[in-house]
Amino acid sequence: MEKRVVFRQRGLPYLLLAPQLAVTLVFFIWPASQALWQSMLVQDPFGLATQFVWFDNFRALFGNPEYTNSLRVTAVFSFAVAFSGLAIALLLAAMADFVIRAATFYKTMLIWPYAVAPAIAGVLWLFMFNPAIGIIAWLLGGVGIDWNHQLDGGQALLLVIIAATWKQISYNFLFFLAGMQSIPRSLIEAAAIDGAGPVKRFVTLIFPLISPTTFFLLVVNLVYAFFDTFGIIHAVTEGGPAQATTTLVYKVYRDGFIGLDLGGSAAQSVILMAIVMALTFVQFRFIERRVQYA
Amino acid sequence: MVENRPFLTFVAHALLILGILVVALPIWIVLVTSSQAPEDVLTAPIPMWFGERLVDNYLAVLGRGLTRSSSGPVAPMMLNSLIMAVSIAVGKIAISILSAFAIVYFRFPGRMLAFWTIFVTLMLPVEVRILPTFEVVANLGLLNSYAGLTIPLIASATATFLFRQFFMTVPDELAEAARVDGAGPMRFFLDILLPLSRTNIAALFVILFIYGWNQYLWPLLVTTDERYYTIVMAIQRMVTAADAEPEWHFIAAVAMLAMLPPVLVVLLMQRWFVKGLVETEK
Repeated sequence: MEKRVVFRQRGLPYLLLAPQLAVTLVFFIWPASQALWQSMLVQDPFGLATQFVWFDNFRALFGNPEYTNSLRVTAVFSFAVAFSGLAIALLLAAMADFVIRAATFYKTMLIWPYAVAPAIAGVLWLFMFNPAIGIIAWLLGGVGIDWNHQLDGGQALLLVIIAATWKQISYNFLFFLAGMQSIPRSLIEAAAIDGAGPVKRFVTLIFPLISPTTFFLLVVNLVYAFFDTFGIIHAVTEGGPAQATTTLVYKVYRDGFIGLDLGGSAAQSVILMAIVMALTFVQFRFIERRVQYA
Repeated sequence: MVENRPFLTFVAHALLILGILVVALPIWIVLVTSSQAPEDVLTAPIPMWFGERLVDNYLAVLGRGLTRSSSGPVAPMMLNSLIMAVSIAVGKIAISILSAFAIVYFRFPGRMLAFWTIFVTLMLPVEVRILPTFEVVANLGLLNSYAGLTIPLIASATATFLFRQFFMTVPDELAEAARVDGAGPMRFFLDILLPLSRTNIAALFVILFIYGWNQYLWPLLVTTDERYYTIVMAIQRMVTAADAEPEWHFIAAVAMLAMLPPVLVVLLMQRWFVKGLVETEK
């Protein structure tokens, strides 16, 4: 779609675009191309000489058990966050859609965690699970479970998954509820007259009709779990214990910023870029399908 | 409701209330903890009802900071967060609305190239280019400054697309009429387009304010000077220090202060928030 009526000034549009393009080039495109370039360099320990090594950094990365471990952690973490966040939000949205009457009240009460920063969400759940003062850790101790996420890697991963899911439920809930409320009431009523109960209507009618929303949310949740959860991990576990919660993004930060391994960190950045590009592509490729229902 | 099912309705309400309680539980715990005396929050179970130090604790962290771990007062950090959130929101809106105006209302060589350059930023979040972006900012001498905290984050593809989308729906007759009346493009932009975009700007501002306030990785990278710490990034140091010298009553107060402004914005401007959230994802 293009505008029929346009202005004819020649210099003005460039002037209008200049700030946005300047920021984009200096802080986005240039660093990204630097990462691409550095990912093929190896620097000696004193930073005196650099050597061009093609894809050696990538080869080294995939041969490194620490990196394959962080791939595995990221996969488990992302799918656990996406799946539980979607499942809980879907259940709550279905209930809110069913009761209608107080839906707005429930919406208000459920959406605010969206505004809590990931790092703060992590701190909130740290309070609940802290081995010394946490109420949940204390209750778990009462039933014989010894909770200490500072020592137990599985528990640490579970803790960051819970904090990340808690924060994301509100977002998913909002989109699920909007999707359900945009289904024509006549469809639901027709199904009810034909004898379909609420559960059957949900399974055979509502859920298939909101599937574009579900798919869209799945992509958004994966992006969230991959990239926006750095704060949770940094504030709660710092990637530990024994790298049990070191996701790909956390590892880029640690290797590059604390370990100062330029080539390795740049190669990891390039892999992450490829992941975002793939996810963005999927999101834009299938977005049309979402719009016709929403 | 389509039919009357008292039992199912009861289950639905019960599940929703349970959901609300689970979502609110951590906040309750932290709020209550922030009102205790230090000796009451050393071992579990900690009190589940308010203590007597609510006001004292908040005044203490705002004005003095934590006692034992070496962190400064929280009030200046909140001011930094506010400066960062507002600058990012205003900056993103300003440069995006100008870009969208250029792309929609002008035809010029390089227009599609500009469009795709902006689009590419979607695929390059800070998290994937941490080190090289830090180097650029360091080379420009922007470490430990408000410019360094905000400018690298204000490019926005989503905001540009949102305004582009909206400008497409503005009737051509308006631009035509403006031209016939002898108004130049900037007059048309300021007197017609900008007032029409009011609700979009408000919705976007709410979302971007939250985005800016909640920034974590970026301030962590570019600030080493305590004067530029934001409250969201500073809390991590307090938590790490708390393992040795627990001051949970103070940390709880800082956590409450860190989430209060964005949560208030969401609750008070809920209509714009929902609009902004749904529209930026289109």
